[in-house]
Amino acid sequence: MSFRPKPEPVQTVKLRRDTALAHLASGIPYVSYLGIRFDRRGDELTAFLPFDERLIGNPMLPALHGGVTAAFLEVSAIIELSWANLWEEMEAGRIDPANLPPVTLPKTIDFTIDYLRSGLPRDAYARAEINRSGRRFASVHVEAWQDNRARPFAQATGHFLMPGTAAPDGAV
Amino acid sequence: MADHANARRFIEAIPHSKALDMTLDDFSDGAAVISMPWAAHLVGDPATGVIHGGAVSALMDTACGAAVMSHASGPAGTATLSLRIDYFRPATPQQRITARAECYQVTRSVAFVRAIATDEDDSRPVAMATGSFAVERAKGANT
Repeated sequence: MSFRPKPEPVQTVKLRRDTALAHLASGIPYVSYLGIRFDRRGDELTAFLPFDERLIGNPMLPALHGGVTAAFLEVSAIIELSWANLWEEMEAGRIDPANLPPVTLPKTIDFTIDYLRSGLPRDAYARAEINRSGRRFASVHVEAWQDNRARPFAQATGHFLMPGTAAPDGAV
Repeated sequence: MADHANARRFIEAIPHSKALDMTLDDFSDGAAVISMPWAAHLVGDPATGVIHGGAVSALMDTACGAAVMSHASGPAGTATLSLRIDYFRPATPQQRITARAECYQVTRSVAFVRAIATDEDDSRPVAMATGSFAVERAKGANT
């Protein structure tokens, strides 16, 4: 009869995962500039965009700028994709959480945004789902909502080139 | 005839466009050119200093909206319905990014727009956008 090893204390696990997430998201100036933060529950991320006056695109309504919505969705998709890879490596013990490698983010190939209703002048949330993540390419879908999760104000699908996939001659 | 002075004020009053330091360089009959300087806080990849795709999207969305507003039919307002962006290459750090948008078809309620973004090497585009925009007509407008 074998015994399972004693599980790690929950605080150790949380600290390791939160450190990895901060390592990923906090190093990107544009993400900090927009004020985007990430909330983590287990491996699930929710992107969070606190409302700010300078995110307005239509002062008359007022409504969030379509470009801000696009950027928020794209940031959510890229971080989700990187996080999924980092999570796998981290949980499998293939990387040292105390000495995380520098982040190389996936490159956006194309990104298509569907504006469903105008973004209100309040906080916004987004969750991304990976449709497929291959060795070279990935497809990600992302939805953003404000007060009501069932009433998204925008959604998007994008294709990404995964890091480290350039051919030896430098061709993509 | 479109009230261009009004539309220009409308575009230059957008808080997020101000935040990104965008300038309206050209604006006439369904075409608009908007540019913004490179800035450290817009960087998406600190290792290279390349501007984040999202900032380029914001520029292209603004240029497309401006192209709609500049259309001769004089829309009272516009909002993005859908936008697709293709990224061709990273924009060169420190260089100004310019988006040229053209509104190539307008119906009573929808405008179809495309845009090209370049850095200071305008022979090699950075990104391209295609979008459809809702067109608001002034009350009682006869179009």
